[in-house]
Amino acid sequence: MAAWFKKEKTPIASVEQKRVKTEGLWTKCESCKQIIWKKDLAANFNVCPKCNFHFKMDARERLKMLFDDGIFFELDSDLATSDPLHFKDIKAYRDRLRDATKATGLKDAIISGDGALGGRPALIQAMEYRFIGGSMGAVVGEKIVRAIEISLQRRCPLIIISVSGGARMMEGAISLMQLARISAGLARLDDARVPFISVLTDPTTGGVTASFAMLGDLNVAEPGALIGFAGPRVIDQTIRQKLPEGFQRSEFLLEHGMLDGIVSRKEMRQFLIRSLDFMMAA
Amino acid sequence: MTNSKEIYEQRENIQDLEEQINELSKINQDEESRQEIERLRARIERVRREVFSKLTPWQKVQMARHPQRPYTLDYIQHCFTDFIEIHGDRKFGDDHAIVCGMARFHGEPVVVVGHQKARDTKQKVFRNFGMPKPEGYRKAIRVMKMAEKFQRPIFTFIDTPGAYPGIDAEERGQAEAIAYNLREMARLRVPIITTITGEGGSGGALAIAVGDIVNMLEYAIYSVISPEGCASIMWRDASRAEEAATALKLTAEDLKAFELIDEILQEPEGGAHTDPLAMARSLDEHLQKDLARLKSLPIEKLLSERYEKYRRMGQFFEKASAAAAHRS
Ligand SMILES: [Zn+2]
Repeated sequence: MAAWFKKEKTPIASVEQKRVKTEGLWTKCESCKQIIWKKDLAANFNVCPKCNFHFKMDARERLKMLFDDGIFFELDSDLATSDPLHFKDIKAYRDRLRDATKATGLKDAIISGDGALGGRPALIQAMEYRFIGGSMGAVVGEKIVRAIEISLQRRCPLIIISVSGGARMMEGAISLMQLARISAGLARLDDARVPFISVLTDPTTGGVTASFAMLGDLNVAEPGALIGFAGPRVIDQTIRQKLPEGFQRSEFLLEHGMLDGIVSRKEMRQFLIRSLDFMMAA
Repeated sequence: MTNSKEIYEQRENIQDLEEQINELSKINQDEESRQEIERLRARIERVRREVFSKLTPWQKVQMARHPQRPYTLDYIQHCFTDFIEIHGDRKFGDDHAIVCGMARFHGEPVVVVGHQKARDTKQKVFRNFGMPKPEGYRKAIRVMKMAEKFQRPIFTFIDTPGAYPGIDAEERGQAEAIAYNLREMARLRVPIITTITGEGGSGGALAIAVGDIVNMLEYAIYSVISPEGCASIMWRDASRAEEAATALKLTAEDLKAFELIDEILQEPEGGAHTDPLAMARSLDEHLQKDLARLKSLPIEKLLSERYEKYRRMGQFFEKASAAAAHRS
C-alpha cells in the first residue's frame, strides 16, 4: 500500500507536467517525456504510442478491452465492507471508502465480469487501483472466492487482472486471512483442472502477489510493472541495501524465473484466447 | 509498561493471598477451611485476570516479542520426543529461520514445523531474527508434503516479525513461495494444528499457518502489518505504533472475536516466559485434545471443514440495500 500513500503525499508531476495537463488535450509520457495527444493514448489502450510505456488503466476499461465485443455482466457490484475494525488513523476508514466510491463509482477495489472471451464463457476480474490503492480486504476476497466457485460449477476459466498495494490494513487480520481463503479456493480450481490465468500489472505487491497473483496456471505481466512481495521503499528502509537497476520490474522477474511471460496490453486479449485454446477442449 | 507499578503491587497482593492459602491448608482440613481456600483461590484468579486484562494491545505486542519468550525449539523439547531435524529446500539452501523435522507426540509419529527466533546476538543473526526467505517456506512445504505421504499429522508454531524483506528474498520469489504454501496447505490430506506462540507477522506467518485448528497464546499477536509499519504509512510517523497496535485489533481476544482463530491458550501469570515449563504443559494438553478431535474425522470431512473454515473468514460485508452488517 505504501506507493499509494506516498503519491498522495508527494505528487510526482513536475511543474511542466502540470502546465501540460491543464491544457487538457495533451499529456506528457512519464517514461519518454514526449508530448502525446490524449486521444491517441486512449485509442492505444493507454499505452504510449512513442515508447510503449503502459499507463494505468481503469478496471472497467480493462474488462471492456478483454471481453468479446466489450460486453460483460457485472457480478456482486453491491458488496461493501462493514468496517469491522471501525478503523481510524488520521482519517476514518469510512471516509476513505466514501471518497474512493465517489472517485470510482465502485464499492470496493475489484470488478467481477461475466461474459465471453474468444467465444468461450469466461469470468474476468479486474482490480481498481484508484480504490484505496487496489488494496484487498474482505470484499475483494469474497468477490474472488465467489468467482472461483462459479468457475468451478460451470467449469469456465477465471482470469484476474491484478493491480494492488496488497492486503488492506484497515481491515487488519481479516485482510490477511483473504490470502489463505482465496488460495484455498484456487486449490479446488486446480484440482478440478479449470484454468486460472493471473495477469499482473503495475503495481502488484504484498498480499496480492503472495497469494492469487502468483498462483495462475500462467502468471504473465504487462511490461515494466512493479511486482514484488515487499515494496522497494520497505526494503530500502529496513535492510538499507542499494536496489539494483530495474529491480522488481516485470523484466527483472522474467529473468529470475518468476514470470511465464511479459505480454503487452495490446496483445493481451489474443494471448488469453490462445492460452485458453490450449487449456480447454474445442 | 505504563502501569507496571500497579501490576507489581497486584502481584504482591496475589502472593499474600497464596500465603494465606498455604497457611490455611496446613492447619485445617475441615469443610469450612476448604471453602475458605476455594474463596481465596477464586479471588486470586479474579485479581490476576484484572491485572492482565488491563494490558493494552501495545503491551501485548511487547509480551509477544519478549526476548525470553519460549520459541519453537523450546516447545519441541518440552512437548515432543525423538525430534530429528530435516534441513534444506533441495533447491537453494537451508533457512535457519524455520525449523522442520520428524518427532513423536505422545508416541505417535508427527511432523513439526515452526519459525525460530534466538536470544543472543550471534544466534539472532544465524536465525535471521526469525524472518524466513523463500527457501524457508519451500523447506517447510517439502517436509509437510512428506508428512502427507506418510499420513502423519502436522504441528506448526508461528513466531515471526514477517517474511524477510530483502533483495535476495525478492529475487528468489518470496511472494511465490508464500502463495504456493497457502494453496498447498489448504489441500494437504493430513490434520494440521497451528499455534501462534509469539508474533504472527503477516504473510510470513500465514505461509505455515493454514491449520485445521489455529490456537493462539494469550499474549501472542497476529497482524496484517507490524504496528510500526502501519504507523509509518498511515500516520506517517513510526512512533505512533502504540495507536496503530490498538487500531489494528491484533490481540488474541480480537482475533477470537472475529472468529479468525479457534482457541486462546492461557499463559502463566506474567506471560509464557515466566514459566516456560507450565506453558509447555498446558500447550501439550491442548494439542493432545486437538489431535484426538481431528483424527476422529474422515479425511474428506477434515478437508471440507478446512475449506469452510477459511471460506467464512470474510463475512464482513453488507449489501447496499441492507442497513445491518451481514455476518452469518
Ligand atoms: Zn512514452
